[in-house]
Amino acid sequence: MTAATTKRLTTSAMIASFADPGQRTAPAPFGHALNRLAEQRPEIVGLSADLAKYTDMHIFRDAHPDRFYQMGMAEQAMLGAAAGLAEVGLVPFASTYSVFATRRAYDFLCLDIAEPGLNVNVVGALPGLTTGYGPSHQATEDLAILRACPNLTIVDPCDSVDIEQAVPQLADHAGPTYLRLLRGKVPTVLDEYDYRFELGRAALVRPGKDVLFVSTGLMTMRTLQAAARLETDHVDAAVLHVPTIKPLDTGTIVRELRTDRLVITAENHTVVGGLSEAVAATAAYAGIATRIQPAALPDEFLAAGALPTLHDRYGLSTAALCARVKAAL
Amino acid sequence: MTTTIEVTKADRVRAAATRIRHHALTMGEVQGQGYIGQALGVADVLAAFYAKGDGELRLRPEEPEWDGRDRFLLSIGHYAIALYAALAEAGTIPLAEIDTYGSDDSRLPMSGMASYTPGMEISGGSLGHGLGVACGMGLGLRHRGNPARVFDLLSDGELDEGSTWEAAMACAHHGLTNVTAIVDVNGLQADGPTPGVLKTEPVTEKWRAFGWHAVRVDGNDVDALLAGLDEIRDRALRDGAGPSVLICDTRTGRGVPFLETREKAHFMPVAEHEWAAAHDALEGVRR
Repeated sequence: MTAATTKRLTTSAMIASFADPGQRTAPAPFGHALNRLAEQRPEIVGLSADLAKYTDMHIFRDAHPDRFYQMGMAEQAMLGAAAGLAEVGLVPFASTYSVFATRRAYDFLCLDIAEPGLNVNVVGALPGLTTGYGPSHQATEDLAILRACPNLTIVDPCDSVDIEQAVPQLADHAGPTYLRLLRGKVPTVLDEYDYRFELGRAALVRPGKDVLFVSTGLMTMRTLQAAARLETDHVDAAVLHVPTIKPLDTGTIVRELRTDRLVITAENHTVVGGLSEAVAATAAYAGIATRIQPAALPDEFLAAGALPTLHDRYGLSTAALCARVKAAL
Repeated sequence: MTTTIEVTKADRVRAAATRIRHHALTMGEVQGQGYIGQALGVADVLAAFYAKGDGELRLRPEEPEWDGRDRFLLSIGHYAIALYAALAEAGTIPLAEIDTYGSDDSRLPMSGMASYTPGMEISGGSLGHGLGVACGMGLGLRHRGNPARVFDLLSDGELDEGSTWEAAMACAHHGLTNVTAIVDVNGLQADGPTPGVLKTEPVTEKWRAFGWHAVRVDGNDVDALLAGLDEIRDRALRDGAGPSVLICDTRTGRGVPFLETREKAHFMPVAEHEWAAAHDALEGVRR
């Protein structure tokens, strides 16, 4: 085999895109949305812990240098300082990777921000399995950690549409929030549907008679793709998008779960403590005995590798979802 | 011929410190426990900030949410008993209320909670948090053109926490002249004397190396405390060259001789019959 014909192996790079080849994307939707908001609201400020460039905060930093605070590689100090800024009347957005906001600085998120109920918006990049870099950077359990934190609102957006519409609503919300950030070239999906992001609300993006997908985050992009593919096999799949993980829109979820459809939850997160368990608990508490099948990451530290490889391996790819449905029907 | 005895600011602050000690002992007696050793030790420092009419803080005692107030953060939440005593001295908390200390439904829980108590700026207790919040307040107040200052009271034990040093670097990096740290060096931690738990000295040199203007005083010497605060304030007004720290060497149990010499412990034991004797042992004015 010559060098020219050798297939280049995919890599476990830190920054990887989960967009499909040729898919419509928007560049740095969070950074641009924050800029638009900041132009209307002078109290908006930004912070980062040496990761502005990799959390799309650099867009805001460059447009509003007097309102951006670089805290260095110090996530505890960043979240403490964000609390202090909120205490004196500003509305901070503080960005880092999800693993550092949750694993490393949880005590500061919990006690400095959530306990006093401050309007601090924590923005965590590389949620779940959105980097092939390995367990140090794969925040597979951030929702499990944070769902138990009182006062905290948690949003897992699907795409650039969700992010753009969520940012002003997060700032308007009086209490603390956590946004699972999709950064870089982020797919644009939900504008093709009759959909608006509404904080705290789940939305039936697509109706269907045979299957109900209950999905959050980027997995809603995948469940919508799976539903379209299943159509060709005469399987009619609905997609209930749950972008707000906490508080959970239990009313809408219960309404959809009262069904004899196959129910599959889909999340970019470990099967422990995320959407599937939240939906299962909601069903059980409401006396609904529907079987719920989770499409989620396994309860293990994941491999390094290329994202498409890993999404296939761990069951998050569109093909894996379709196979799951066919096996279950 | 008549002799005029001039009562100086230092005299009035010393009298306030004695009142703060009485208040703290009263609260300790209510619960039969509390961080009384630390409270007695830090009373002079708190008097320098909260003495009615003479304290360093710009406050409206009856309007604890006034936007122009200086912020005083109690990073060491377990020192709440001492801050309640100071807030009673300042007039933010009614004196009668200190009898509820630590009781069910009291506004004065044993660990400082911002949502419970007027004048308590943050919920301390998990150590190493105050200075980071102070950093954000300093950034925000400066951004808004608010001349209020931010003070963070921490202990030498908190120098063990890495987050303290993260925040120390950030305050210096951002040139926060409006932030002052006060370190209560009582040399005592939960597991014993500080040098045996984790060596923190040389404390002054550490802060200087982190870019802070450091002043070290005897924290039970009111004249020295006031001079230290004067120096920090004058320097801030003069050249605005970044954050300052007032390092205060204090003695646990200070003011009550039989407690000063008691074996040092994180929870200083005080027997039921000793509270009255402790009040009597304090010099100066009674409540």
